[in-house]
Amino acid sequence: MTIDSQHIAIIGGGPAGLEAASILGTAGYKVTVFEKENQTGGKLRLWYKLFPGFRSSVEVQNYLANGFKMNPPKIITNAEVVDLIPDADRHKVILADGQSYAADVVLVATGFQVFDAQKKEEYGYKIYDNVITSVDLEEHLKSENGLKTSSGKMPRRIAFIHCVGSRDKKTGNVHCSRMCCITGVKQAIELKTILPEAEIFNFYMDLRMFGQNYEELYIEAQQKWGITFIRGRVSEIGENIDGSLQLKAEDTLSGRPIRMNFDLVVLLAGMIPASRTSAIGNSVSLTFTSGNFLAGADPHFAQNETHTPGIFIAGTCREPLSVAETLTDARAATVKIIAWLRENEKPIKNN
Amino acid sequence: MVSEGKKRVWADYQKEIADDHYFYVRSCIRQTFFPGSETTFLKIMRNNLGKDVFEDARHTTCTGIGYHTDIVPPDTTMTVIARHFALMTEAGYTNMIPSCVTSFGLYSEVLDTWKHFPEMEARIRDFLWKATKREFKIPENLVHTSDIIYKFRNQIRQMAKISLINKKTGEPLKVVEHIGCHYAKMFPESGIGGAEFPSVLSGMIESWGGTVIDYPERRHCCGFGFRQYIVMANRGYSVSNSKKKFESMRPYQPDFIVANCPGCSMFLDRWQYTIAELEGITYDNRGMGIPVLTYEEMAGLVMGYSPWELGLQMHQVSVEPLLDKLGINYNKEEKYLGSRGQNIGEPQKPQFLIV
Repeated sequence: MTIDSQHIAIIGGGPAGLEAASILGTAGYKVTVFEKENQTGGKLRLWYKLFPGFRSSVEVQNYLANGFKMNPPKIITNAEVVDLIPDADRHKVILADGQSYAADVVLVATGFQVFDAQKKEEYGYKIYDNVITSVDLEEHLKSENGLKTSSGKMPRRIAFIHCVGSRDKKTGNVHCSRMCCITGVKQAIELKTILPEAEIFNFYMDLRMFGQNYEELYIEAQQKWGITFIRGRVSEIGENIDGSLQLKAEDTLSGRPIRMNFDLVVLLAGMIPASRTSAIGNSVSLTFTSGNFLAGADPHFAQNETHTPGIFIAGTCREPLSVAETLTDARAATVKIIAWLRENEKPIKNN
Repeated sequence: MVSEGKKRVWADYQKEIADDHYFYVRSCIRQTFFPGSETTFLKIMRNNLGKDVFEDARHTTCTGIGYHTDIVPPDTTMTVIARHFALMTEAGYTNMIPSCVTSFGLYSEVLDTWKHFPEMEARIRDFLWKATKREFKIPENLVHTSDIIYKFRNQIRQMAKISLINKKTGEPLKVVEHIGCHYAKMFPESGIGGAEFPSVLSGMIESWGGTVIDYPERRHCCGFGFRQYIVMANRGYSVSNSKKKFESMRPYQPDFIVANCPGCSMFLDRWQYTIAELEGITYDNRGMGIPVLTYEEMAGLVMGYSPWELGLQMHQVSVEPLLDKLGINYNKEEKYLGSRGQNIGEPQKPQFLIV
């Protein structure tokens, strides 16, 4: 059996899926990417600049789009995978329109979705005009209209609230979304560059600056940009008569309750598995983490492999990851896929 | 403010409210604080809506005040509440409607505790049997009486004599709604609209023509807080909490406040007198304060009940400015006449608060 007759189906055309497709295609395999949206790129398309170096997300999108010089994969957009039927011979990928595709290997790269901040009712997202999420802010940063309050004024005082829908048993999400801390630092600096007069505060539980240059950026945010970090979870937001926001929190370092007014509040909404991940995972008997992300076969040795032969996982469907980590994870998955295909060579069959 | 956002939240927090045949349990303190409210509820239910509401004179306190101040141990509280369930069961009812928000919260807490610890329910059943030889069934439907008025708000609107509209300007009255903490903060799913944007009172206000003020300290405690009030040395906390709310709502110039909790109605009314006498401050433009109503009083006014029959003369903050805005005719001479026409005496006038 030649490798170009071995078919690899990738569910999800975000960074993980595209990076894996590029490598597997270059290695000579026949690859099909199923993307439910009308274009690939995933959540990366929502972002303006990436931490910690403020690289434009477009650069990464271009990198991914240009990765198919040799043996490009077949990319099918508007292709929502509704079922995955496991088979010892070849798995079947079933699309919403009823079409099915046979594959020797399926890589699940369904990514994440942003926590619906409306569920944190006490913050009034989509009720109070000047409460937005970190994703909304990226949209503002991308646009040329600049950032203004609902009454058309430049915001003078801005709060970022960390851990919205993360590490929060009340919302059912005990897991840490990992990326919000550094996103809060990055976005605070971005706002400070366009609104140098603005006072910017970050309300946090812990700041988990684990990545390369994260800690440095956090220090820079304080020393160079004068951004204030208050350790305390925000209990509620109320709207003042002029549309500005009253925020209540406890400063747990000083041990005092605080009440402050802001022109704009940015909720750093967490990452949860994409809506279809659960159904796809269950269809091929995958296991899940406590946060309902897909679990690998082993936390040390087989993070991208599963207990179902021929089914692999990569990217943020596994756990919250940065773009850089997602790409690395996708590459790791491809190594495991290639090794598995070589170990499990089968006689040639037509699709 | 995006009102559609609120409506979306409200849609998530709806609950089943029985349509008829209620076992009514009164509050310990409301009949003293706002003596017309519970009577008005019964009149509206029985006479206007034609509902079957039963009450049993053997019903006692739920022990809520003692429970929340650590005077009454939980087993005693649960056994007392079990006795109330037994009275309901013996009367052949399954729908319990407490008048008091603290009772509603405590009943909900007891039922939730028993759900998670069935052995505790068995122990309490044993205590009740040994003490009274009574048995009980768990209520099929437990809701607060404000839920009942909310449920029938549109029927009440159809029978209404007036709307919550300023008769002179034609504008909707601006109303502050205040929900008792024990109504939804402990069990958000038990409150209509949940804990953050409850709609039980705002639903009534909007149905009857008023508009609701959403001010920054809307969710804040009224200041009652059992430990804050009952321990005399702590009463400064109670006043300061109420003051925080008044200051926050003042810019919106509310026409009145409505609450669904005995303590909230009481303290939002009485502390306005205290703050006025302590600091010379009132939160309206005339030095008279902001009138505070219970939801039964609000419903009663809408349905054309006499303000003095509703017991509004027992309020600290005068309600006459509100009655004037609503265009309600009232006889000043009858304000301090009792139910048998006797003079019940006029209270001493405050030094600062104008009455």
